[in-house]
Amino acid sequence: MEKRCLDSGVKGVSTGTTILAAIFDGGVVIGSDSRASIGGEYVSSKTINKVIQVHDQIFCCMAGSLADAQAVTKAAKFHLSLHSIQMETPPLVISAASVLKDLCYKNKEELQAGFITAGWDTKKGPQVYVVSLGGMLHSQPVTIGGSGSTYIYGYVDAKYKPKMSREECLQFATNALALAMGRDNVSGGVAHLVVITETGVEHVVVPGNKLPKFHDE
Amino acid sequence: MSGDMGPEWLSEEVKTGTTIIAIEFNGGVVLGSDSRVSAGESVVNRVMNKLSPLHDKIYCALSGSAADAQTIAEIVNYQLDVHSIEIGEDPQVRSAATLVRNISYKYKEELSAHLIVAGWDRREGGQVFATLNGLLTRQPFAVGGSGSFYVYGFVDAEYRRGMSKEECQQFVVNTLSLAMSRDGSSGGVAYIVTIDEHSTEEKVILANDLPKFPDQ
Repeated sequence: MEKRCLDSGVKGVSTGTTILAAIFDGGVVIGSDSRASIGGEYVSSKTINKVIQVHDQIFCCMAGSLADAQAVTKAAKFHLSLHSIQMETPPLVISAASVLKDLCYKNKEELQAGFITAGWDTKKGPQVYVVSLGGMLHSQPVTIGGSGSTYIYGYVDAKYKPKMSREECLQFATNALALAMGRDNVSGGVAHLVVITETGVEHVVVPGNKLPKFHDE
Repeated sequence: MSGDMGPEWLSEEVKTGTTIIAIEFNGGVVLGSDSRVSAGESVVNRVMNKLSPLHDKIYCALSGSAADAQTIAEIVNYQLDVHSIEIGEDPQVRSAATLVRNISYKYKEELSAHLIVAGWDRREGGQVFATLNGLLTRQPFAVGGSGSFYVYGFVDAEYRRGMSKEECQQFVVNTLSLAMSRDGSSGGVAYIVTIDEHSTEEKVILANDLPKFPDQ
């Protein structure tokens, strides 16, 4: 409930949204809806992509004020590419998450954005990190965020299993996004999904009419 | 709240921040609720039964302000008794729901309670009615209370028409368990009431007997 109030207090364009990320056997799926709204009354974009690439195999999803999220991810991309040049190796997923966390924590008074970072690195394989509004960082196998996430806590708790296959995890993520979009009026549009594995990155876009339908639709 | 006004919970309104659910199956209904009543941050009753009988085969599930919800249930209980004497037979579920709706609508500015009415009658079998804010609508299933937001996705995905009585009971228990684990205002034990042509069965499921879902 707290998330819903926070979202309606956001001034300007907000990503009243649903974002999620989940680890499966061999990789991670990160996804979001595609609606951007102003004050929950006007949809300013039906097809915005909230899954942002911050490095080759590291993506993040943003929820909250769109302007803040774009500014922070731009800064994070810069920090990360500098870091990877200095280290002469691709950055770890936790480094990407830490960069976002530092930005969120140091600017906590001004910013209103939370992030999910997901990716693959050689040290720990697939990982998901959550950076919440005040700048707390922690790792989870599956996580959801944004205003639409309240409606799918029960579904995710019941249906997520560790070590799913790629197809099962994609279906789980698509179902979860579809359910949230069906109940949250500030989430909608298409489902953007990105599958990250050791071998690379694949984008899956599920348009609105191809989303799974549930009993009353 | 400062110390000289007494503990905080004395001045907070008592709410059944709650999770309630009712679902229809072929031949009856199953109702379920949690048991937590909170006043601000304190739990003032951890074993309250929020499934209140309106008549032998008609129950309602209470949510929102505890006082408002209980009062509505008591008034409708009385009105239904009078009505069933007048018509000389058991009342219809729709009548009970209409009486609840009439009160909710007339006093909608003053009251803040949502009652889900469910039961069995001879004419239409098992029925579930939602009466939120003075609306009356019959639905195959209804969820309510603060905990219901967390399980909308789950019930949307898992509900199928034509479930048996046992499947419905399991569905209700699973839904309550998921909501209680996420909503701070829902918790305690789960109360289940199953109403069909032959009987009205009340059951309590204690916390450690509730299904557990793997935590992240």
